Amino acid sequence: MVSSTNGHAVPEQPADVRSGEVYVNDVSPLRGRSELLRIATAGSVDDGKSTLIGRLLHDSKSIFEDQLAHVAQTSERRGDGYLNLSLLTDGLRAEREQGITIDVAYRYFQTPRRKFIIADTPGHEQYTRNMVTGASTASLSIVLVDARHGVSEQTRRHAYIASLLRIPHLVVAVNKMDLVAYSEDTFYAILDEMTDWAARLALPDITFIPISALHGDNVVERSWNMPWYGGAPLLYHLEHVVIAPDRNLADVRFPVQWVIRPMNDAHHDYRGYAGQVAGGVLRPGAEVVALPGGRSSRIKAIDTFDGEHEEAFPTMSVTVRLEHELDISRGDMLVEADDAPVVARELEANLCWMGEQPLSPGARYTIKHTTRTARAVVDQLEYRVDVNTLAHDRGAAELGLNEIGRVRLRTSAPLMVDLYARNRTTGSFILIDESSNDTVGAGMVVSAR
Amino acid sequence: MSYELSHLESLEAEAIFIMREVAAELERPVLLFSGGKDSIVLLRLAEKAFRPGRFPFPVMHVDTGHNFAEVIAFRDREIERLGERLIVALVQDSIDAGRVREETGPRASRNRLQTTTLLDAIAEHGFDAAFGGARRDEERARAKERVFSFRDDFGQWDPKSQRPELWQLYNGRIRKGEHVRVFPISNWTELDVWQYIATERLEVPSIYYAHTRQVFERDGMLYALNPHVELIDGEVPFDASVRYRTVGDMTCTGAVRSTATTLADVVTEIAATRITERGETRADDRVTEAAMEDRKREGYF
Repeated sequence: MVSSTNGHAVPEQPADVRSGEVYVNDVSPLRGRSELLRIATAGSVDDGKSTLIGRLLHDSKSIFEDQLAHVAQTSERRGDGYLNLSLLTDGLRAEREQGITIDVAYRYFQTPRRKFIIADTPGHEQYTRNMVTGASTASLSIVLVDARHGVSEQTRRHAYIASLLRIPHLVVAVNKMDLVAYSEDTFYAILDEMTDWAARLALPDITFIPISALHGDNVVERSWNMPWYGGAPLLYHLEHVVIAPDRNLADVRFPVQWVIRPMNDAHHDYRGYAGQVAGGVLRPGAEVVALPGGRSSRIKAIDTFDGEHEEAFPTMSVTVRLEHELDISRGDMLVEADDAPVVARELEANLCWMGEQPLSPGARYTIKHTTRTARAVVDQLEYRVDVNTLAHDRGAAELGLNEIGRVRLRTSAPLMVDLYARNRTTGSFILIDESSNDTVGAGMVVSAR
Repeated sequence: MSYELSHLESLEAEAIFIMREVAAELERPVLLFSGGKDSIVLLRLAEKAFRPGRFPFPVMHVDTGHNFAEVIAFRDREIERLGERLIVALVQDSIDAGRVREETGPRASRNRLQTTTLLDAIAEHGFDAAFGGARRDEERARAKERVFSFRDDFGQWDPKSQRPELWQLYNGRIRKGEHVRVFPISNWTELDVWQYIATERLEVPSIYYAHTRQVFERDGMLYALNPHVELIDGEVPFDASVRYRTVGDMTCTGAVRSTATTLADVVTEIAATRITERGETRADDRVTEAAMEDRKREGYF
């Protein structure tokens, strides 16, 4: 175990050090009980992010021969002079023509232990919107640092967004170690600098790994070029990082999505509330309250197409039946009486702005929170965040595209909210522009009443 | 109890959530069914989302008239089993009405003509949302497409102005005449689909399993000898043991040599394959480097 002065650690060395090309796609076909891990990566062309993703896909045998042939063909026609793995992710005509990445691309790979979804976003300043989008569903974020240049503004920005979006796990991959002679001192200088920065952010779990994506050092296999590094390679870490406790199993939250009422002969009196569990563990017999109305009942059964369940937990999609007939519809939420969210009409939130037109105080939007939609007016922009220094600009009059700030807003109907830090599902919302129908804001609740 | 879901359970829960969101937020959805494995999975997910109720939408098949007979028979059986409503939109009707012109020659295909038939049917029935079985692992343009993919009133997809998709907060707001294509299994891979078919014991058309068929070779692919295709000089039909990885028109869907006669065999074969399904079996993607992107912009599936 290698620890930095601040206590952040590199992962422990695996007991079963892998050798050779073990990652044949040997997913046990019909059993396949592997977990899902959603990863966000961000970075620019130069920091080796595409090469790293290419290497993960390639070494886990997730790139197919025709895809590789296509990349080889296109690399040659463009005169790249090397196998340009970024072409694997840049799928749109404009991207290939201009050599840029426009949008979030989703990539998939699998090992016997886990299936991985990578939301791959371009890292330029103007793409905060894409980074936030990719980060919103991720459990782990990989931030790349070029070992030659150390911690850059962009690195800090990525770490800040990972922290703002409350991604539970952050991996700082210190790349291009081959170009700094695999120097231990360089690695630890970056680790210390990044650890200082992270101390100002909400990042509960940071892991540092020295790699060379180009040569494969510490990506899938342990590097013999860095014997001073006692930790695990990146893929081993991705396979073993413990993600189960990241979900909220404490507070029961069940936003009603759809009411099932067949009204046919076989199911004449059937009335089920369908939805996806957003928090806690539901069990038949448990007392629940339907918000915002406040009437209470008990869970009679938890139905699925495959039969009744004794328990339902995040992120299961189920149908709940109650003992009593209550007037419940989409947008209501079932919770436990002694552990309710705030039924709020006033929110204070961190807001990432994604609209072409800037946000200005007084403007009205549609707000969507869980399965509930209302109207919202932004009363106040408290400050705008400089994402490079974390400084607060309290004099800011508006929030432009890709800017992040703290706002206060009021809603036309009550919303059942938790703090985002407590529950990423019941603490988040989007704002929709009512004339263009575009999604223009991504909000994370910091207080509510 | 560990309170953990397997990756397939997570993907299933996500897809069910997406289907219910569409049913709740849009007025006239439709589920596009081709008889292929991906849309078979969609039907099962719809059962999971809405039973014991009926589906809050009809099922629609865009029928080119060049489908495999086994697939049409399967389609009708499946709809019968579900007791749901099927709409069949015929490409032949679009041709007869002069909306599209049939391609001619040995490489003629109705693949591209489907887009007009599909958009006409969406307009005729006033559908504002159409579920499709597309997956992001299939093709590079699809890797960048949203789960809720917005289409203007010409049915066009604009990859550069897609709405950001945050958390599970899908924005399905549209104006009259516009619609959304919704892809509940965006995050599934081909292997996930087969594992799910195996787990759920779903029936699929027999052409997905190895069988002996008269085929001919063209451009390195094996095509079924069929009434809708003209042989070019030098093409000689022969018997081979093949199966299909994708279900499309007989004219543009290639078979792969295979001896996989059971579901377990098929899953094993997919887990070991080194070529993508579209690369191996779809002539329609080979037209240009951005063939799928171009067709999607026009309103294709």
